[in-house]
Amino acid sequence: MRLPAWLLSDRAGLALLAVLVVLVLVVPALNLLVPSDHPLHLSAYTVTLLGKYLCYALLAISVDLVWGYMGILSLGHAAFFALGGYCFGMYLMRQIGARGVYGNPDLPDFMVFLNWHELPWYWQGFDQFWFAALMVLAVPGLLAFVFGWFAFRSRVSGVYLSIITQALTYALMLAFFRNEMGFGGNNGLTDFKEALGVPLHADGTRTVLFGLSALALAGGYLACRWLVSTRLGRVLVAIRDCEPRARFLGYRVERIKALVFTFSAMLAGVAGALYVPQVGIINPGEFAPLNSIEAVIWVAIGGRGTLVGAVVGAVLVNYAKTWLTGALPEAWLFALGGLFVAVTLLLPQGLIGWLRRREAAA
Amino acid sequence: MLSRSLARAGFLTLSLLLALLATPLARAADDAALRAALAPMREADFNDKLQLVEQLAALDHPRVAAILKALADSRLYYQDAENRAVIGLDEAADIAIEDAASGAALGRASKRDLGRITANNRLRNLIENRLASLGLSSADSGQRKAAVQAFLKNPDPAGTERLKARLAVETDNDIQDLLTMALALVDLASPDAGVRARAATILGGRLQPELRGPLARMAAEDADPAAREAARIALTRTEFRLQLLGWAETLFFGLSLGSVLILAAIGLAVTFGVMGVINMAHGELMMLGAYTTWLTQQWLPVNWSLPVAVPLAFLVAALAGIAIERGVIRFLYGRPLETLLATFGVSLILQQAVRSIFSPLNRSVATPDWMSGTLALGPLEVTLNRLVIIGFCIAVFALLWWALQRTRLGLEVRAVTQNRAMAQAMGVRSARVDALTFGLGSGIAGVAGVALSQLTNVGPNLGQSYIVDSFMVVVFGGVGNLWGTLVAGLSLGVANKMVEPWAGAVLAKILVLAFLVLFIQKRPRGLFPQRGRAAEA
Repeated sequence: MRLPAWLLSDRAGLALLAVLVVLVLVVPALNLLVPSDHPLHLSAYTVTLLGKYLCYALLAISVDLVWGYMGILSLGHAAFFALGGYCFGMYLMRQIGARGVYGNPDLPDFMVFLNWHELPWYWQGFDQFWFAALMVLAVPGLLAFVFGWFAFRSRVSGVYLSIITQALTYALMLAFFRNEMGFGGNNGLTDFKEALGVPLHADGTRTVLFGLSALALAGGYLACRWLVSTRLGRVLVAIRDCEPRARFLGYRVERIKALVFTFSAMLAGVAGALYVPQVGIINPGEFAPLNSIEAVIWVAIGGRGTLVGAVVGAVLVNYAKTWLTGALPEAWLFALGGLFVAVTLLLPQGLIGWLRRREAAA
Repeated sequence: MLSRSLARAGFLTLSLLLALLATPLARAADDAALRAALAPMREADFNDKLQLVEQLAALDHPRVAAILKALADSRLYYQDAENRAVIGLDEAADIAIEDAASGAALGRASKRDLGRITANNRLRNLIENRLASLGLSSADSGQRKAAVQAFLKNPDPAGTERLKARLAVETDNDIQDLLTMALALVDLASPDAGVRARAATILGGRLQPELRGPLARMAAEDADPAAREAARIALTRTEFRLQLLGWAETLFFGLSLGSVLILAAIGLAVTFGVMGVINMAHGELMMLGAYTTWLTQQWLPVNWSLPVAVPLAFLVAALAGIAIERGVIRFLYGRPLETLLATFGVSLILQQAVRSIFSPLNRSVATPDWMSGTLALGPLEVTLNRLVIIGFCIAVFALLWWALQRTRLGLEVRAVTQNRAMAQAMGVRSARVDALTFGLGSGIAGVAGVALSQLTNVGPNLGQSYIVDSFMVVVFGGVGNLWGTLVAGLSLGVANKMVEPWAGAVLAKILVLAFLVLFIQKRPRGLFPQRGRAAEA
């Protein structure tokens, strides 16, 4: 089998894929086959943690696609991530069935608690896996399409767009905090038991979820890499560098932007859907504007417009976060804030950009 | 006018003197009557007590009010050993008591040696009524007013004569009005349909909640059609006025919220609007202002702290702002997205710094006396702190406008905004202007923080909750336009409060945000877009 040219020339991407393949082979083996008292054993906690990083990396790729290649700084991508998460969380919620605290076979616990008597219409169908999986793509995609269609058509761009995407996720956060919305309010959706008949807390399920995350990341990466290597990808860069010129050259800028924005939102939705069964909860806090901005900073640190950089940034920053919040809880926000400032001032191209420049200079 | 009040003062003094002279003699006789009425209390059943209360109320004795009040509150005891009624002053087992008849403190006694004189609700109602009519003849207009208001709450035809007598001599316009109202309320139950109709007409359009029930009943049930119609018209007038009042209240709350939004956004209007710099740390500069207020309250008495806190907060936030501009933003001019990220980082650092220094818990900032309480604007009761903040907002806006339009710095700021290269060529040191403008915008954020500290909790997250709102206000109003910010803040505040009654606070906020997102799609440059060359930037 011959690799297509767009992939062959992408050395960093191939390295990333190789790392993913190794991870998928090694992590489950270390977790399942190595006895738990062996120093090489990976605990279920670590596997879940790694799976979480991969989900974040996928979110980062989706941010990089719109920011790095199309010049749209979205401060609301965590909204799409959370929506995907909620869609899958609803499926997991329905799978609890009569095993909830109230033992109601038709209604999730929080609805019983709110004294609701029947399932709201927008919960219909979420007991089917295929439907939920479809919605994981459709809901974020639709929101992004409608939002993008209107925003790009009226040529809202730059900072204004950033701010209204932030307003979007902020409004969604407020909305999901309301109990009346029917998504569990403040507590969100949690206490999941199983997916597709498989218990979520089993070690085997965790490694499968990890594998799926790695697969989704690899798939997302390949899709984005392919996209940016096509003619469409070049138009994206043209739009980023000078939107009016691209428009005068005859490209329907708003359509292209809306299309790619929608695709990116779907990727974020998938990331969210894989994230939820691994962490076991989804709540409105995921919509917080800070989450979206954090995703942007992963991309900025790794190097925007490189895709691989997004993955590197997401994993590095989240690893640092896990480590710092454990070791020095006070220092985490200082470090994150410092990263924002340092990267924008000192490393405008990010880590990957910096490496590439050094390579070119050498 | 003067002579009349002088005469009145003279008369008062005279009667006071006479009263003082007459007191010892009259007091002795009254005291005996008082004790005579109190003595049977110990053994009386509730019916007897009703009689005794009437008897007490009829006595013209200064202690009657205190005794009746104690009886209603179940604080009246009988001390068998001394054969006298006493009033309990606390609830300890070793209770502090005073003599009921004389008011003399009697130290403490064991509760076991005292028999409580009980009261039931019927008795309490009667007492309330009698206390009210006692207050009618008080020299203090506040007490008289309270007495009539108590009567309105609990109308009792038996008290009508006292009300009429009082109305004949009452000089205070407010109380006259209340008395007329109270008499009309009694007249609503008159057997004469004409009297009822007239009373209803008098009561129409008055906002006292006690009046609506009887009027509504009359409009529905009165046997006489003319009286029914009068009651109906009166009720409509009342409801119309209530509606007006409701609107006025909504408007006030809207203006209040709007002025908070303006305060939060106006500093941003300078840094974002005039300079084109996205400062995501703006909210944290407000937070610094709020914490400065808290700190000044640690050193100064609350009443003096705010006037000191305002300039201090301006200084603290302005210095922080200048530091941010010199340290970060100036390297990023012309790269708005990077500025956004970097200042967001600064905001995280500031938040965590405050959390580490002052603890993550909210700090409570006290409200000075001159800002607490309410002010009655006609029938509209407005809270003073909100009123002060509206005024403060206007003052800040006026000052800022003056600073930008009438000072040397303002001139230079506008020059740099319009054409940086040309301004530099004319000798304006643009870097210095940038720093000062940023300091000005940041300082105003700090001042806004002082106002916010009076309305919400002061905590590390204070700024975050306002940052989206303030950007929305600036963008809605049109970037680079102070008046736009003013109009946008006020209209968003009022709109929010108008939607709130039927949608709830959170949904109202979501709706306003959704409206703004849609609005920006339609008019990306806001309500009042910049025109001319500046618009191209």
